[in-house]
Amino acid sequence: MAEPVVTLAHGGGGASTRQLLRDILLPLLDPAHALHLEDAALLPAAAGSPAWAITTDGFTVRPLFFPGGDIGKLAVCGTVNDLAMRGARPEVLTVSMVLEEGLPLGTLERVVASMRATLDAVGAVVVAGDTKVVERGRGDGMFLSMSGLGKVQVSPPPAAFRAQPGDQVLINGPIGDHGIAVLAARENLGFSVAVESDCAPLWSLVETMLSAGGPDVHVLRDPTRGGLAAALNEIAADSRVGVIIREADLTVTAGVRGACDLLGFDPLTIANEGKVVAFVAPRQATAVLEAMRAHPLGRGSAVIGEVITDSPGRVLLETDLGTRRLVDMPGGELLPRIC
Amino acid sequence: MTRASTDGQRVLAAHRFRQMLAELVDRPIRLMEVCGTHSQAIGRFGLRQLLPADLRLLSGPGCPVCVTTPGEISAMIALATSGVIVCTFGDMMRVPGHTDNGSAPPTLSLAKAQGADVRVVYSPLQAVEIAQAHPDREVVFLGVGFETTAPAVAAAVLSAARQRVPNLSVFAAHKLVPPALVALLQSPGVALDGLLCPGHVSTIIGAQAYAPLVQQYGIPCAVAGFAPGEIMAGILSLVRQVRAGEARVDNDYARAVRPEGNPLALRTMYEVFRPADTTWRGLGTIADSGLAFREAYRGFDAVARHGVEVAVLPEPPGCCCGAVLRGAISPRDCPSFGDPCRPESPVGPCMVSSEGSCAAEWRYGQLAPEVREVTA
Repeated sequence: MAEPVVTLAHGGGGASTRQLLRDILLPLLDPAHALHLEDAALLPAAAGSPAWAITTDGFTVRPLFFPGGDIGKLAVCGTVNDLAMRGARPEVLTVSMVLEEGLPLGTLERVVASMRATLDAVGAVVVAGDTKVVERGRGDGMFLSMSGLGKVQVSPPPAAFRAQPGDQVLINGPIGDHGIAVLAARENLGFSVAVESDCAPLWSLVETMLSAGGPDVHVLRDPTRGGLAAALNEIAADSRVGVIIREADLTVTAGVRGACDLLGFDPLTIANEGKVVAFVAPRQATAVLEAMRAHPLGRGSAVIGEVITDSPGRVLLETDLGTRRLVDMPGGELLPRIC
Repeated sequence: MTRASTDGQRVLAAHRFRQMLAELVDRPIRLMEVCGTHSQAIGRFGLRQLLPADLRLLSGPGCPVCVTTPGEISAMIALATSGVIVCTFGDMMRVPGHTDNGSAPPTLSLAKAQGADVRVVYSPLQAVEIAQAHPDREVVFLGVGFETTAPAVAAAVLSAARQRVPNLSVFAAHKLVPPALVALLQSPGVALDGLLCPGHVSTIIGAQAYAPLVQQYGIPCAVAGFAPGEIMAGILSLVRQVRAGEARVDNDYARAVRPEGNPLALRTMYEVFRPADTTWRGLGTIADSGLAFREAYRGFDAVARHGVEVAVLPEPPGCCCGAVLRGAISPRDCPSFGDPCRPESPVGPCMVSSEGSCAAEWRYGQLAPEVREVTA
């Protein structure tokens, strides 16, 4: 047998990614933080002052510009959203850029302007940065890496292990838009796809949700790589509960539905970049839902399911037909089928 | 129509479907859904939960990746590591070839990770464009798929011929559905009461293509689409035929399938290819069930051009894909199902392909009986 190597499946955000983490990467982490894998880590603060949340994230996307966003907006959103998922207001970010020889400076300027605009919308600042240039052919135009710090605004902060039986599962709109928009922009699919990425900074939406629900907002997750299926499976596993969602309450736009049907993809496994899944105690679910619907990024919000005591660690879906099926952790890379 | 009323109607339709089957099925009935996309849809919609105990749905050989032989897959991987650019549909990337193959990587995906130039394409025409963009490289398209795919591959070959693209060839491993169904019905130990015929393939070959099966083997056939209502209609058609002791072809997908199919697509396919014997995983060699290049297009045959040897290789140890593809066993009957065979570490192709029946069973079928409580 040949020596095992990294494959694209390891970057898919599903079972293969988790295996890579478990087998090779987790020993690198401080044991206190390796226990629960969250979107951002919490740093203890002096008594009386709020904890800090810290996160770091790398961004590679082809093409650099796609309907609804670009790599710069994606990087800022991805970083601030990871902080927001721990209930933290994004404050300071750092950025590291790996640029490929031959990248037009105008392209770089457009990306930076897009980052600037997104930062302004969030109210966060970049306080440090680094630049490296690699030879032509050794980078995809540019790779970005960002770290972020934010102050946690609620105690206890939302965490993937805090889901409780009875919690209502909420999401702020249709799923799968980002993954399909980027795929359609990158590949010659042979059919037109009118889908825009949902890429958006979520802090202000999350802030209104926390104002309405406070500590009753048990879990927040942005279902990025691996889609809603991966996010819900992680939460079910970390909280040792079952989760049931209803197909009838999930929204999938016609463009995403059509592309998924043709390519053999499940919209539940497609990446989002402007969505937040919230697990909220039943007594505050309506208040949080109303707060979400009053926000521009939450008009399409809905309660899509709830936490159950049976089937711990598993995610079930009640279909439009009233039948039930399992929603499994996606495996790895999305590969279009032969038809 | 509002979303809510559509959902209500679907639950109602499911409820009626369940009641009608409960009345109609008065003996054990075994139906085969031939097509992998049907297997996926049946799992995704949880349709098996609506069936009475006496009605069994078996998955058939209609998953293109799954019926590709271990020898063909190993030859494709060998080709990828020989320095040519290999273009393929995504489904092929993670299918394991023969594992006892010296130092060769076991999948196209791993060959790519080790440096082979393997590119996932969405259309065979992209392979023509890649060949034009790299005139100094040999480009091979992996032609895997049934009558749905073969006409598009033939169209790409015709386009390359017209534009005189000298560096493109095709590894033609296409397979034809009707001859495989004949072989299946003839094989001992396969007792089927009806065939749920594929939707996409039938748009090309037409509903009439199943008439000889009905005449010769007296087997009820129903062509179905992929929406839950269309699959339910197909199953009801078959059960009604079985009950009445009749056999005919019901076209329950008339919005897409004509009796004669798509003559233009068939003409394109047969301009480039001619029927030839080919070997199917699980079914063995079947006369005229594959496609070989016609003389005029011989130059596009990757097997001849690159001296590819397609060996007869056994199934991977512990793999029962062959029996699963014949409907002889269900995925769960395979001793490798779940351990060690899982989507991220597949032993056989039925666990890899998005249309594989083992993948469908793994993805959708793992519920304990008490959780499968139906609300319809």
